[in-house]
Amino acid sequence: MEKSLEPIVKVLQEKFGATFEEFRGEVQCMVKPEHIIEALTTLRDAHHFELLSMLSAIDYFPQTSPRFHVIYQLNSLEKNLTLQLRVPVEGESPKLPTSTGVFKTGLWREREVFDMFGIEFEAHPDPRRILNPDEIEGHPLRRDFPLGYEEPQFSFNYEEIDLGKPYAKE
Amino acid sequence: MGVEQKLGNMGVVTTTLEDVVNWSRTNAMWPMLFGLACCAIEMMAAQASSYDMSRFGMELMRASPRQSDLMIVAGRVSKKMGPVLRRLYDQMPEPKWVIAMGDCASCGGVFNNYAIYQGVDEIVPVDVFVAGCPPRPEALIHGVLTLHEKVKADRFIANAAEKK
Repeated sequence: MEKSLEPIVKVLQEKFGATFEEFRGEVQCMVKPEHIIEALTTLRDAHHFELLSMLSAIDYFPQTSPRFHVIYQLNSLEKNLTLQLRVPVEGESPKLPTSTGVFKTGLWREREVFDMFGIEFEAHPDPRRILNPDEIEGHPLRRDFPLGYEEPQFSFNYEEIDLGKPYAKE
Repeated sequence: MGVEQKLGNMGVVTTTLEDVVNWSRTNAMWPMLFGLACCAIEMMAAQASSYDMSRFGMELMRASPRQSDLMIVAGRVSKKMGPVLRRLYDQMPEPKWVIAMGDCASCGGVFNNYAIYQGVDEIVPVDVFVAGCPPRPEALIHGVLTLHEKVKADRFIANAAEKK
């Protein structure tokens, strides 16, 4: 871990009870959902982490508690540091407070997390799908969403796949 | 001293109405700008000076569907873009043709998943498929010439008479 990152991680541990893991110099801190907004605000104001470069999620499907980890990657341009905060959440449609108040870039990133994983963000100014059409049901990047592929059409199964395809006649 | 020579001296040509109409349709077919993804680059290359498509009549590409008669679907069509494509196709006046350029427009290409249409012929009826990822400009021009042959062979008066 970088020397200048150690006091910051210590602050997180004491103030929010965050545990951390380190892998090849990169630090991931697990934070509880109640503390996440405060942690982001502290890191942005007191420790100069101005850039939220990634807001995404991971689905650990067969394991249901926690099922998702929401990941916030923070960069400090002044000090040249990166820090990752992970929020473990569970359940079918978990809810988290929105980070648009802290980082404006959270606006579209949280829409993408909602669209792909189904994690809702409370008090989000524009809660709608961003990448998929509005009408689809389900959230595509979850592990239990069907792959949605079409069987490759070879000559032996040409007719049966042909019957299933919706052709536009006119 | 046949009929053709006599008529030729007078500057008169005899032909059928279908041939004339189809000839004029092929020689001034204006494509609509519909480059969606990487195939659009090859479409631009085909339109530019090295492989000139203007020599085949496609002098300009109209951005408005109301003023074009050929839609070259160049690139992958996602499920979100589908209704837009269909609406633009419906806004084109008859007669209209569609070329599906590239693998993604013909059959979904490398993208076999929930978000991409497996071939644009699920939405609009396609006349010519051009294979390639992306097809070279010469391949696109070959597709255009195949479409010209198809248009020249179109017996629309006979078809209209049959429908009645």
